[in-house]
Amino acid sequence: MVVSSTIIRFTRKLIGSIGQLRTITTSSKMSQSVQDTTDWTDKLEILKPEQVKKIPMYRIMDENGNIHDTAKDPMLDSETLRSMYKCMIQLNIMDKILYESQRQGRISFYMTSVGEEGTHLGSAAALSKEDLIYAQYRETGVLLWRGITLQECINQCYGNNLDRGKGKQMPCHYGSKDRNFVTISSPLATQIPQAVGSAYAFKRNKSNRCCVVYFGEGAASEGDAHAAFNFAATLEVPVVFFCRNNGYAISTPSEEQYRGDAIAGRALGYGISVIRVDGNDTLAVYNAMKVAREHSISKERPILIEAMTYRMGHHSTSDDSSAYRSNEEVETWQKFNPVERFRKYLESKNLWNEDQEKKCVEESKANVLKAFGEAEKVNKPDWREMFTDVNWSMPNNLIKQREYLANHLEKYKEHYPLQSYKHF
Amino acid sequence: MAVHSRSILFCREVSNLIFRKNVVRRSSHFQYYPDKNTPVEGETTKLNMFQAIGNALDIALEKDQSAVLFGEDVAFGGVFRCSMGLLQKHGKDRVFNTPLCEQGIVGFGIGLAVAGSTAIAEIQFADYIFPAFDQIVNEAAKYRYRSGGMFDCGRLTIRTPCGAVGHGALYHSQMPEAYFAHTPGLKIVIPRGPVKAKGLLLSCIEDKDPCIFFEPKVLYRAAVEEVPTHEYKLPLGKAEIVVPGNQVTLIGWGTQVHVLCEVAEIAKNSHGISCEVIDLMTILPWDSETVFNSAKKTGRVIIAHEAPMTCGFGSELAASIQDDCFLYLEAPVKRVTGFDSPFPHIFEPFYLPDKWRCLDAVINIVKY
Repeated sequence: MVVSSTIIRFTRKLIGSIGQLRTITTSSKMSQSVQDTTDWTDKLEILKPEQVKKIPMYRIMDENGNIHDTAKDPMLDSETLRSMYKCMIQLNIMDKILYESQRQGRISFYMTSVGEEGTHLGSAAALSKEDLIYAQYRETGVLLWRGITLQECINQCYGNNLDRGKGKQMPCHYGSKDRNFVTISSPLATQIPQAVGSAYAFKRNKSNRCCVVYFGEGAASEGDAHAAFNFAATLEVPVVFFCRNNGYAISTPSEEQYRGDAIAGRALGYGISVIRVDGNDTLAVYNAMKVAREHSISKERPILIEAMTYRMGHHSTSDDSSAYRSNEEVETWQKFNPVERFRKYLESKNLWNEDQEKKCVEESKANVLKAFGEAEKVNKPDWREMFTDVNWSMPNNLIKQREYLANHLEKYKEHYPLQSYKHF
Repeated sequence: MAVHSRSILFCREVSNLIFRKNVVRRSSHFQYYPDKNTPVEGETTKLNMFQAIGNALDIALEKDQSAVLFGEDVAFGGVFRCSMGLLQKHGKDRVFNTPLCEQGIVGFGIGLAVAGSTAIAEIQFADYIFPAFDQIVNEAAKYRYRSGGMFDCGRLTIRTPCGAVGHGALYHSQMPEAYFAHTPGLKIVIPRGPVKAKGLLLSCIEDKDPCIFFEPKVLYRAAVEEVPTHEYKLPLGKAEIVVPGNQVTLIGWGTQVHVLCEVAEIAKNSHGISCEVIDLMTILPWDSETVFNSAKKTGRVIIAHEAPMTCGFGSELAASIQDDCFLYLEAPVKRVTGFDSPFPHIFEPFYLPDKWRCLDAVINIVKY
């Protein structure tokens, strides 16, 4: 009777622990964890949020691109600095052209990154290409830095036959296995606990990699964000939570999103280290990410970076932000523009000038238009792709449904846009 | 969520077991029919279902160093003892507790699988899987599809106790398989006893799609069988004819299979009716071949499940059977199921599709 004796033993343990609990409470001691961490007080006091010092914002560069304390300058080599800037310009121009192309009905949807280029390039440049990235959707600059080509981006937006995602998701839902960038999905914040899981796997493999997960301040209100912060802390994983706090979640301003010290203020409650950084100061973001990455890997602990920035563009092509915020507000943020600020920094170091600017803009435009023209010419994938990758191997019911559609299309082909899809 | 009621249930279960001789178990709506079909040759051990599951988990952890087991209270052995001794054997980085948060557990498991680890997540009761519904339905199930096969979480298995237990009421009794059966990309498996549990669980863990493995909790201790000692796997997507017959096809899964076995016995002995009992085992993708062949042979089909009738998985089976076997059917396909109410506490004996309701359906369908 192995089973019942185990159960009896177990029950004894259970009863034992209840007994133990009783003795603890009668001797007016709280559980060990509480006693370890708090002092007693006989003063009935409410601790109000406004009594706690807000987490300061780290910045090293003023609005004119000057770093006053040169010791804080990460001293990146000229090539890296120029590449970061060129990447920002490329991102801006792709955004402009694809935004317009959506307006002309050539792609179905688009989301720009205007105003948040500094958070993308500053953070991406501080990572190793082995680090796994989970993103929300407004992190295209991170992917560009990782080496995704414009052609790949635009193929994805078109959902053409060359898209690695096989045209299955909406535009801007990029992913790249080769660049360690997990495919984006629309449900907000779902990627945050997933990043924690991947980071746990890295820790067990001793792979010296971290996981970086990007999300907006709106997504941070989701239950999954809470789950992720708490799991990361208790399971001790090398993950960097990177919050882009741009002031809005679609039309909802942040004062309707939270009442605490924004997102950074929550980290300490979870026992997570934290840095708040000026998201429009690209090099401050770089420094923050560099330190955070090192911290997460060497200490096997999570860390949160909150980058304060401003969403200069509309939420998406389906949104007109003038319905809920003033032009003046957008204008006032213009002077903090991260791209301009970074350019001034480069100019002050004689790494950039007017001619280079002009040339870069023209080249970027040409690159986008060329990629755009190419993408438009390519057929959509074969309709049969609709049935692939649901499961690892296609189940019988799906094979039957594919056959049914084949027969149907044979009979009614003139009613479907078959000519723009690849066919064998 | 619902910690209090969980611990009450647990304590009650423990005391039920200790004082079993003095109390009438309320969860006696079925008689257990041990699986005599040994799937592989060789040595066997007498195990109940939680032990067979623990054994499968032990094998999986032994075989694959990337495999980890996690959930609420799994470290001390689990509230149903399925992970007993595994932490001591495989280490605390491989068998560990998570915070009490189901959406976190599944999201975390997906991330492990995306990074190439084998992730075995436990949701303490199937009734509490709903906070993770979004992670399962929108994320796990769609990972491969939406990335064009670049990323997947096929190495994820979610284990969860399910089904009636005699006194589990609304939140310790549910059978939520039909919610998930509506989701392309998942595999859903339910064993009827220790032999099947071990083989099917090992298949789920190695399968390249995310799987949900529902474990009928009333069988954890009640079901005892000779289980092959070594590793073996049973194919997913395959049903089994448990009792062969030629007049009525009875389809069920989990505990309900045992109810149907008894119904077949009574129908034969007392009414001279020959029933064929099918254990579906895999809900998604289900074995249409075995089901249709049987339906064509008998011409009469009854599907029985504990979950409510409306949009239960029986509806899918009934619709498919009438579509494929129309000319062979001698009577309408019938469903004997839980009622379209939440799962009740004191009314459980009247709620379940027990042997008398199933037997009545058999008698009626033959007379039709």
